[in-house]
Amino acid sequence: MIRLSWFNVTSLTLGFAFLYLPMLLLIIYSFNESQLVTVWAGFSTKWYGELLTNESYLDAAWVTLRVALVSSTIATILGTMAALVLIRAGRFIGRTLFSGMIYAPLVMPEVITGLSLLLLFIGIGLDRGVVTIILAHTTFSMCFVSVVVSSRLMTFDKSLEEAALDLGCSPFQAFRLVTLPIIAPSVISGWLLAFTLSLDDLVIASFAAGPSATTLPIKVWSSIRLGVSPEINALSTILIGIVAVGVISASLISKRTMLRQMAEEQAAERA
Amino acid sequence: MRRAILILVPYLWLLALFLVPFAIVLKISLSDYNLSIPPYTPQMDFSNGWWQGVKDLFAAFDFENFIFLTEDDLYWKAYLSSLQIATISTLLTLMVGYPIAYGMARAPEQWRPTLMMLVILPFWTSFLIRVYAWKGILSTEGYLNQVLLGIGVIGEPLTILNTNVAVYIGIVYTYLPFMILPIYAALDKMDGSLLEAAEDLGCSRLSAFWLVTVPLSRNGIIAGSFLVFIPAVGEFVIPALLGGSETLMIGKVLYEEFFNNRDWPVASAVAVILLLILVIPIVLFQRNQQKQRESDG
Repeated sequence: MIRLSWFNVTSLTLGFAFLYLPMLLLIIYSFNESQLVTVWAGFSTKWYGELLTNESYLDAAWVTLRVALVSSTIATILGTMAALVLIRAGRFIGRTLFSGMIYAPLVMPEVITGLSLLLLFIGIGLDRGVVTIILAHTTFSMCFVSVVVSSRLMTFDKSLEEAALDLGCSPFQAFRLVTLPIIAPSVISGWLLAFTLSLDDLVIASFAAGPSATTLPIKVWSSIRLGVSPEINALSTILIGIVAVGVISASLISKRTMLRQMAEEQAAERA
Repeated sequence: MRRAILILVPYLWLLALFLVPFAIVLKISLSDYNLSIPPYTPQMDFSNGWWQGVKDLFAAFDFENFIFLTEDDLYWKAYLSSLQIATISTLLTLMVGYPIAYGMARAPEQWRPTLMMLVILPFWTSFLIRVYAWKGILSTEGYLNQVLLGIGVIGEPLTILNTNVAVYIGIVYTYLPFMILPIYAALDKMDGSLLEAAEDLGCSRLSAFWLVTVPLSRNGIIAGSFLVFIPAVGEFVIPALLGGSETLMIGKVLYEEFFNNRDWPVASAVAVILLLILVIPIVLFQRNQQKQRESDG
């Protein structure tokens, strides 16, 4: 049914223009000379210079990166375990509660998650800072990881693992040598998802962060509440660039591995 | 033994950092506001023994904060207007998203992965930045007004920023991928020969679309609408950045009640009610997903 009518072409063009034009404008105007963001006054890269010498942004970026790396890694481990529990562990007491706790954070309004975690941290007397942000981010992103991994586990052929067990592997060995390599792509995309969720989060971080730790979104938030600023445009351009390069190269890599796998399978069939 | 560890580690983590915090929110919503640190009573006091402490705690609970919420107009209006803004934005997102998903499903096979990536890419970019981008576009001296004034469509700049219209635009823009992807998935699975059959049997293309395509993409439409509606109800960033004084949304009220007024018991009560309101769409959404999985499997 390949019949692209003028209507399809128009809606695709307008749709993608709507999705990309705002970001394009942001990028273009980040090279604007003028302090007034909406008035073009000539090409300049001075806002990038000011951004890169601004200590507070660099500090915030460093905090954000550390939080994202640690929380996404713990979340990947916990989320993969949770996925194994959901798909493999069979029945146990409190299973319904468990799957409820996995799915609920996905749809929970951020203000509620943030508020409840903050009240917990205050209740147990934990000082708010990098550690509390990591705990908060790990908790909600592990649920996303477990959804991604469990959808892969559902289609996983269990007989492969059983074969490994029959051949004398311990259950942990069978998991490490057979299951993990097969589900690895979904574990990696789960990690990437957790990492970006953590980089991106404003609401939960602003509840969980204390005065000692400011993440980049919190920093950006406090300066854009008042209006647009050319420095933020420069920062946005850098972030959009990183994401674009990351996503495009990841999709190229996965395409290459897919092609290689297909070639290997074909070769195996021929042999 | 290994199985027990596998279950217990994520289980205990979620109990400690998801369920217990909720119990605390519920507890504080039943407590009273007090000028102290932390600003509520009663505190847990187990000096007279554990059981006595629990009994005292429950004796001091009341529904005062919830009664307060019903008495003050602000909260009613904020809940209703959140639901209204979320509903309107969901419908708008559907109207914008459906033609895009439809176009994608009809595009040549070799384009589709690229189109998919173009839809997902914005999702990986910072939410905050995507909302912020509209500030420069919609403000009085922003790009949109510059263009419209330049080509002479309007005589004086439009006021869009800091109104509900800006909030609708912000929600549609940021949640559009959530609408497009499930609809595209449903349309992609559709058998094209069904449309040909309908046309052979005398349907016009438009009526074939309404009678065949739309019903077959129903699950995608439902899933996409819930994925936009549920987070939109509790949205905080978009109304705070793009909305104005007329924009009343409960996520923003909760945030301000907590941080500006420091009224923890009322903020907690607001959260509890918001959750109760959202339980209905969340359950409906889960049912729809379950049904879809069963029909696929």
